[in-house]
Amino acid sequence: MKDKVMHPLVELTIARIKESVREPEMLFWVFVFPILLAVALGIAFRESSADTFRIAVEESTGSKGVMKLLLPSEDIEPVMLTSEEAEEQLRKGKIDLIIGIDQIYNVRQEGDALTALVFTYDETRSNSMAARMTGQDAIERGLGRKDIVSIRDNRVETPGSRYIDFLIPGLIGMNLMGSGMWGVGFALVLARTRKLLKRLAATPMRRSHYFLGFMLSRMLFLIPEVAILVVLGRIIFNVRVSGSALDLVIVSILGSMTFAGLGMLVAARSRTIEGASGWMNFIMMPMYILSGCFFSYERFPEFSFPFIRALPLTALNDALRAVINDGRPLYAIWLELSVMSVWLILSVVVSLKIFRWQ
Amino acid sequence: MTLNKKEEISRKQVESNPSAIVCSGVRKYFQEVRAVDGVDLEVRKGECFGLLGPNGAGKTTLVEIIEGLTKPDAGSVEILGYFWGTGNDHAIRERIAVQLQETQLADKLTVEETIRLFRSFFSRGHSVEEVIILGDLEEKRRERVHKLSGGTKQRLALACALVSDPEILFLDEPTTGLDPQARAKVWDAIEGFKLRGGTVVLTTHYMEEAARLCERVAIMDHGRFFAIGTPAELVASLGARDIIEFNVHGNLEADILKDLPGVKAVERKNEGYILKVLSLDVSLPALLSAVEQHQAKIGHLLTRQATLEDVFMSMAGGSLSDER
Repeated sequence: MKDKVMHPLVELTIARIKESVREPEMLFWVFVFPILLAVALGIAFRESSADTFRIAVEESTGSKGVMKLLLPSEDIEPVMLTSEEAEEQLRKGKIDLIIGIDQIYNVRQEGDALTALVFTYDETRSNSMAARMTGQDAIERGLGRKDIVSIRDNRVETPGSRYIDFLIPGLIGMNLMGSGMWGVGFALVLARTRKLLKRLAATPMRRSHYFLGFMLSRMLFLIPEVAILVVLGRIIFNVRVSGSALDLVIVSILGSMTFAGLGMLVAARSRTIEGASGWMNFIMMPMYILSGCFFSYERFPEFSFPFIRALPLTALNDALRAVINDGRPLYAIWLELSVMSVWLILSVVVSLKIFRWQ
Repeated sequence: MTLNKKEEISRKQVESNPSAIVCSGVRKYFQEVRAVDGVDLEVRKGECFGLLGPNGAGKTTLVEIIEGLTKPDAGSVEILGYFWGTGNDHAIRERIAVQLQETQLADKLTVEETIRLFRSFFSRGHSVEEVIILGDLEEKRRERVHKLSGGTKQRLALACALVSDPEILFLDEPTTGLDPQARAKVWDAIEGFKLRGGTVVLTTHYMEEAARLCERVAIMDHGRFFAIGTPAELVASLGARDIIEFNVHGNLEADILKDLPGVKAVERKNEGYILKVLSLDVSLPALLSAVEQHQAKIGHLLTRQATLEDVFMSMAGGSLSDER
């Protein structure tokens, strides 16, 4: 008979996968949501270095001359604006730099129309800084500056250094945390509130099989979860995996298991969905912020680094970036792998000890 | 039989042991509540044993202690010759099956998938196909659990318990909340299991169910057994085989009725009385002549055999509950 009942571990894993796949909300949060997030953030924060600078020239006598000097530069898109318009657009980030003509100085110099210019820009914006350099260069060059040294631009795109390169591994890490903790924790608490755990405890099912079934189903699920972001990153944003695919799989499995273990721990005693949800958020929220999903944790004070690096999501994100962006081998990230392993072992051991079947 | 003697027997020859379950002195308190307060019980192989009692009587706690799901504070439970917690738990679980009152099976799995999953936990038993037939679930096999009606869900729960072809089947209120047709289907499945020689421990608060399925029943309240025996014995313990119920218009005192021949007990009921009598042919003519003598009128006269319901009412609703 082809429908032979298989080993309980296999049947538990299959049942778990079927349950997950038949939950449309789960599919959305695990597969669709991260893609939307990646696309939205990837577009919003795409590097504009390849774009041209928008430079406004304030309308006044001599501004036409400035426009003429700026026009030949390929990197500059000059516009003529009144000073009010220019200031407003600078404030809104629509232009990067305003070039004004210093009228007082200009009057004294008579005849010569171009002797003093005022560059107005926001020095906290990197684009403004670059626009200032480019603008000055174009004007001086147009007025016949002789270069002291000849500089040739050799523009290369260094893969792995853009924001999207930083973002994709962070999203993979975040996704593995969310689906691991919710996927395991939520299902366990639900089974307890529905007295299904008690019913299972009354069968000769090996309790280890039950938990292993969860772990295995997570391991299988993780393949599409990770693959979808990696493939999408490659196709849309040209994010390359510079390390080995096998290393990526190993890091992902370890990360996924770690969060499945934490999900188990949260669910080990909770009697209500609400209680468990509270704990999940309590554990995950700080990691969303601290562990470098969307921005580097190096922006936090340096004394906090050891604590942040001890968090499981930081370890996973750092390990993923090391493999995806830097192409480093596993032995170079032994510390991150150890941090995850410790969390995994601790949470599984403790939750098995305190697990409540009724 | 003393406990020592039983242990001896069970050790020597488990298979010829006539007892499926032996409990002695089982006690379980939850803080102040005496859920199970010293219960002795023996369930024989092949019998269907019913536990009757109102909600909160301690039936579920007692059954879960026997099933090894709850640890008793005191007392011992021997099941199929083994004791829980002595390294034989797995062996016991292979041979018993449990249907819990409130279990909701996984919503997103189908009937067949659920049975497959449960089947995989046991080293021996029926095939999935056989269990689907036993539970009368052929038409529903591809339905997901959350789409099933209450009756079908109960049959699935029962099917999941039957996958291992168990020796003892524990059923906790298997038909509560079901319509009569669905209830009859569940009963059919239980009777089928009994016919194959299985032992059943059934918890219920439907007297009709106990009377139909059980060889012996125990009536439980406040954590104790108040009566134990065959349904017929328990009914006989009332001292009355028949019941006469009627409404009265006019003057007919309870004292007069009490003195009528063959009347064991008189209860007031709305506009009339309930008489528990030894036999109808003695008491009914006497009642009618008393009615005539006192120029009263009676209506809605109803006679029936005493049932477990009457036993239960006389215990749970009568003096036994008030004593406490």
